[in-house]
Amino acid sequence: MDAQFAIIGKSFAISVTDKSVAHSIVKMKHNADKTYELTPHTLMSVTGVPGDTSNFSEYIQGNVRLYGIRNSQNLSPSETANFIRGELANALRSRRPHQVNLLVMGYDKNTNESSLYWIDYLSAITKVPFAAHGHCSYFVLSVMDREYKPDITLEQGFDIIKKCIAAVKMRFPINFTDYTIKVVDSNGIREVSMADL
Amino acid sequence: MARRYDSRTTIFSPEGHLYQVEYAMKAISHAGTVIGVLSKDGIVLAAERQATSNLLEQSIGSEKIYEMNDNVVAGVAGLTADANILINQSRLIAQRYLQRYDSPIPVEQLVRKLCDMKQGYTQFGGLRPFGVSFLCAGWDATFGFQLYQSDPAGNYSSWKAACIGENSGNAQSILKQEYKDDSNTELPNATSTSMSMDDALKLSCLVLSKTIDTAKLTSEKLEFATLTLKAGKPHIHVYSSEEIDSVLKEHEAVIKPSSD
Repeated sequence: MDAQFAIIGKSFAISVTDKSVAHSIVKMKHNADKTYELTPHTLMSVTGVPGDTSNFSEYIQGNVRLYGIRNSQNLSPSETANFIRGELANALRSRRPHQVNLLVMGYDKNTNESSLYWIDYLSAITKVPFAAHGHCSYFVLSVMDREYKPDITLEQGFDIIKKCIAAVKMRFPINFTDYTIKVVDSNGIREVSMADL
Repeated sequence: MARRYDSRTTIFSPEGHLYQVEYAMKAISHAGTVIGVLSKDGIVLAAERQATSNLLEQSIGSEKIYEMNDNVVAGVAGLTADANILINQSRLIAQRYLQRYDSPIPVEQLVRKLCDMKQGYTQFGGLRPFGVSFLCAGWDATFGFQLYQSDPAGNYSSWKAACIGENSGNAQSILKQEYKDDSNTELPNATSTSMSMDDALKLSCLVLSKTIDTAKLTSEKLEFATLTLKAGKPHIHVYSSEEIDSVLKEHEAVIKPSSD
C-alpha cells in the first residue's frame, strides 16, 4: 500500500515516494524516506516487505559504492540497474529471495541522458520513461500516460507529479500526508518539498 | 650466486631480485616485436611473427593478435602457450562483466584483472610466472581509446605508443622521436594527439622496418590490427595478408630507405 512512481525527461528524473510505513492497521512512521542514493547521479526507490527493503537496498548501496572505490569510477545508471536485477534474480532462485519493488533512475554523465528502470520483485526489468509500482499505479500510470511527452521540462514534470498526487488523493482509500520528491540531474540528487512543486 | 635464489619464483635474492620473474622478462625480450600506436581516432597494433617456414600452414590465422572482447584487442609477446591461458581468462572476465552489468568492461579493469592473475604467479609458490607481455588496445565510453602494456610481474602502464618484444628499446626510442604529441589539449579524457590513423599505420611500418632484422617486410612475417569507432561502437579489424601487403606497399617510402 505504498505510493511509488517516477518520471524522466531528457536530462532529469523525478522520483516520488510516500513517507508512511504501515504495519497491519497502524501507521508506524510518517517521515520515512524510501529512496537510496547509490551514486551521486543514481537514485533508487524501494517498496515491499519492510525488512527486505532496507536489507536489500543497503546491500546494493554498499556494493555499488564498493565498485566506485575499487575502480575510481562509478557505475552508470544502466549498469547499476542491471547489476541490481542480477542480484535480485540470483536471490529469487535461492532460499532467501527479497520481496522488493524498485525504480532505478539516474543521469549518465557519459551520454548526458537520464534513464529510468522499472524492476519488480520477480526481477523483471524494463527501461521506461515513467513508471509506478503497487496499487497507486492504477491511478498514476493513466495520468502520466496522458500527460507525458519525451521533451518535457522539469516544470512540466512537476506539473505531472502534482496531477498524479491529486489523482491518488481523490481515488486512493489511504490518504498520504506527505511525499519524498527527489530530482536527479547533471548536478546530482536533490530533494524538493511538496510546497515547492 | 644467482643459482641459489632462482629456482623458486617466490624467493628474493640478497640483492632484492626475483630471478624467475626477471628471466621471464628476458624471455619476452627475445620474442617477436609488438607495436601499439594511439591516434586520435583509433589504435594500430602491429606484430612480428618469428620463425616462419614455408612448410608451415598459413591458414591458422592470427597468432600474435587476439580479440579479448568487442572493445579490446591485444598483441602478445612471449610464450604463445602461456598467452593462450591468459587470453582465455580475459575473455571470460570480459563476458562475466557483460553478464553482470550489461555493458562492455572498462579497458583498465580488464587489464588490471589480468595483471592480478599474473602477479599471483610471482608470489604463490611452486609455479612459474607467465612468460607473456601484452599490448592491450581498447576503447570505453569514459576514457576513449587506451593502450596498455603489461609484463610478467603484473605491472601495467598506459601509453600513447609502446613496444614489447625483441628490440623494444630501439623501437621505443624511434616512437618517442616520431610520435606527434599534442600537449595543448586540456581535455583529460580526450586522446591528446594530432596523429591520424594513417599516421599511426605509417609510424608502425617505419618502426617495424627499423627493428625487424630482415631484408624485406612481408605479410608472412607481420600481423596488423586496428581498433576504431564505427557508428559510436568499437570496431576491431584484423588485417588479412592481402591487406597487410597493400599497407606495406602504401608506406613503401618509409620502409625502403632503411633497407639500403
